[in-house]
Amino acid sequence: MSETGPHNDMAEPEEHLPATRGAHGAEAAVPGDPFADPGHPEHEFRRQDIDEKAATHSERVVAGLFTLSMLGTLAFITSFVIFPVDKYIYVFPLGHVSALNFSLGLSLAVALIGIGAGAVHWARTLMSDEEMPDERHQASADDELRANIEAQWQQGVKESGFGRRKLVRTTMLGALTLVPLSAVVILRDLGPLPEEKLRHTAWAKGKALINPNTNKPLRPEDIPVGSLTFAQPEGLNEQDEDFQTQIAKAALMVVRLKPEDIKDKKELDWSHQGIVAFSKICTHVGCPVSLYEQQTHHVLCPCHQSTFDLSDGARVIFGPAGHRLPQLRISVNGEGNLVAMSDFEVPVGPAFWERG
Amino acid sequence: MTTSTETPSSTRRGPKHPGQRVAEWTDARLGLYKLGKSNLRKIFPDHWSFMLGEICLYSFTILILTGVYLTLFFHPSMSETVYNGPYAPLQGVRMSEAYASTMHISFEVRGGLLIRQIHHWSALIFIAGMIVHMMRVFFTGAFRKPRELNWLFGWTLLFIGMFEGFTGYSLPDDLLSGTGVRFTEGAVLSTPIVGTYLSMFLFGGEFPGHNFVPIFYSAHILLLPGIMAALLVAHLILVFYHKHTQFAGAGKTEKNVVGMPFFPIYTAKAGGFFFLVFGVIAAIAAIATINPIWTMGPYRPDQVSTGAQPDWYMGFSEGLIRVMPGWEISAWGHTLVLGVFIPLIVFPTVLIAIAVWPFLESWVTGDRGEHHLLDRPRNRPVRTGFGVAWLMLYFTLLIGGGNDLWATHFHLSIETITWSVRIGFFVVPVLSYFVTKRICLGLQRRDRDKVLHGRESGIIKRLPHGEFIEVHEPLDQTELHILTAHPQPQPLDIGPEVDENGVERKVSAVTKVRARLSRNFYGEHSQIPKPTVEEYDEITSGHGHH
Repeated sequence: MSETGPHNDMAEPEEHLPATRGAHGAEAAVPGDPFADPGHPEHEFRRQDIDEKAATHSERVVAGLFTLSMLGTLAFITSFVIFPVDKYIYVFPLGHVSALNFSLGLSLAVALIGIGAGAVHWARTLMSDEEMPDERHQASADDELRANIEAQWQQGVKESGFGRRKLVRTTMLGALTLVPLSAVVILRDLGPLPEEKLRHTAWAKGKALINPNTNKPLRPEDIPVGSLTFAQPEGLNEQDEDFQTQIAKAALMVVRLKPEDIKDKKELDWSHQGIVAFSKICTHVGCPVSLYEQQTHHVLCPCHQSTFDLSDGARVIFGPAGHRLPQLRISVNGEGNLVAMSDFEVPVGPAFWERG
Repeated sequence: MTTSTETPSSTRRGPKHPGQRVAEWTDARLGLYKLGKSNLRKIFPDHWSFMLGEICLYSFTILILTGVYLTLFFHPSMSETVYNGPYAPLQGVRMSEAYASTMHISFEVRGGLLIRQIHHWSALIFIAGMIVHMMRVFFTGAFRKPRELNWLFGWTLLFIGMFEGFTGYSLPDDLLSGTGVRFTEGAVLSTPIVGTYLSMFLFGGEFPGHNFVPIFYSAHILLLPGIMAALLVAHLILVFYHKHTQFAGAGKTEKNVVGMPFFPIYTAKAGGFFFLVFGVIAAIAAIATINPIWTMGPYRPDQVSTGAQPDWYMGFSEGLIRVMPGWEISAWGHTLVLGVFIPLIVFPTVLIAIAVWPFLESWVTGDRGEHHLLDRPRNRPVRTGFGVAWLMLYFTLLIGGGNDLWATHFHLSIETITWSVRIGFFVVPVLSYFVTKRICLGLQRRDRDKVLHGRESGIIKRLPHGEFIEVHEPLDQTELHILTAHPQPQPLDIGPEVDENGVERKVSAVTKVRARLSRNFYGEHSQIPKPTVEEYDEITSGHGHH
């Protein structure tokens, strides 16, 4: 069809070299440089451009798509009205899904895709598809304009006295440098200073280890060999205003080992009948360590896989953690409950500059 | 149309269309017609890869639309409440208002779940779109002069977009995202000297406190999207101002842009594409659940789920943090937490490495010219090799970020994967660079052969003396032009080390490095010489010997 098309007059005349497309042995068509740009090709007409029937068909398709979109919106409104928010239906292969979410989403998709497909089909089949060139221009100014602007700038600098009156310049720069400091200062009350906050937890001498599930004090006989038990300090309540902040440091895991399995002497000293208590907060970046392997006494942090050996002072044996899990010294009080002998001796959780 | 006295004269020419009157009213105040003069029929070239940026623009628009809706129902508060909504497994559980209101959006607001899921899916598509779009720009050299600043705008959009995504998925205060926030606290704490102060200010005290959801909310809905919207507008203005790049082809030169006009073709195509993107995301949101916070439960700092993963675009920083050895240096009462701080520094460094590439490349090659014709990636093997190395580093770290999932799915030990990623961090990019460069050179050779000998036709011909040959069909001129259009610059020449009098010339070390890098770019080992006209004539004038 290209042969019948009119010449494209938008292009530069010198780009209208003889058409060579489709012809074998193109090198013969342009003497000299066989790799030269053959110039803007002739426009090829589509069926819609020459056959009114095809154009009418495209028009119907576009109108059909727009109509489909309208039906999609109606379906969206209908779904919103008829499906209760808590109705679940079985849809193969998705399983049980929210009827409302499913129908709203699909009808919205139809409504939107109808418009999109209609507009794109319209552009592709009915609007002119003739490619045309547009000239580019450099962003940079020519010499004349550059000289002009530079002169204007110099004029302004001269009139302001910016270069000559050094005192004005210096004090202005000083003022502009200082003024943002107020913005820094005013942010000060975003939070308190760190002080010793990261060094202390809710644990203290005599505080019982409370089972968070039963809210009762843990007793040595509650802790069988080979299981991991969690504990929180006595007096800490889920309803407390600062519960989350306290438990973020005080979370504890309690394990019973055979005393002869404990390799670390200090760990043994701080245990009670082989029951040892370690901080549950990983020393890497603070996830709760929670996967216990009873054969090896290893605990694994599920976030970044730092692994600690609970039989050897919670030494790091794998992963990105930089130091041991802090141990809590425990004993039994007069009532036979497990109690802390003090707060943690070292800060729990991730390391920080002042940790030392 | 600037004074009222002219109005009667124009009405005399017959009644005006109401739209025309509105346009003239606006023109008199905003200079609309002058704006339209250069932009209404702006020419845009056509190529499938030019749509990638559009996907980003549209998903950003969808994020704004759905985000505004979500703010109507979401409560950015960490006050504790007890759940008594319709989702039975969580009834009676203590949770923050943020989590409870997200539950409310998901289970009680009609259409709320759909909008939440469209919002999250759009965020993933937005960032994936930006990365793929950036790769298109990178591999085709579209970042070269005059577009370097627009490259930086785009890069900044990606960088901020990652944090926009992170602050967004942290807002529901569920167990998974809370774990991610805890990680952030650990990372902030690792900063030397000021770490604990930054953490106290970010969380309004100790972690988790009651502040981070409101603070993240402010950043997520105001500060970051505000900056992004401004950058996006600047990005688009520059696309219009510079006019779009194009691939070499018949009639397509450095001095023009060949394509179709903005109005009506691209208003229809691009406008329609917005609805297509929106529609597809709506369909995905209808059938694929994303971030089901109800299965995770509210955040508690002493609880965690296994397989905890950030959204994928943060997976690469997750990989860094997982494979880094736990180095800590303690001295003079202070601790340098290198095991966390190094990943925290490497993360932006890797991203900055690709951001500064345009400046590095033009410095090394000494190229100061404007470029509007796109490169085919094979013709710039060093750049393509660097880009692939960068991507492979990203993917290697992504594997590291999911080392637990790789271990469970492929029955590998976590140690094996971690050590492979540690070694891969250094080896994979280097290997990828050399392999990619070789492939590029191979493709250049193939192009050369195609130009000189034509395309393999698959037809076997028997010559009179019995020899069998395959007939090669010569390429037409457009194809010949496309395969030979790329310039092949020469490496920088710093001249002889000794001048004509035998006196040693002073050449600075920087210049020597630059010359060396330049040889690496454009030396004989980095490009296959294009066929010359003489070579072509010599081969094609031989009668039917091929």
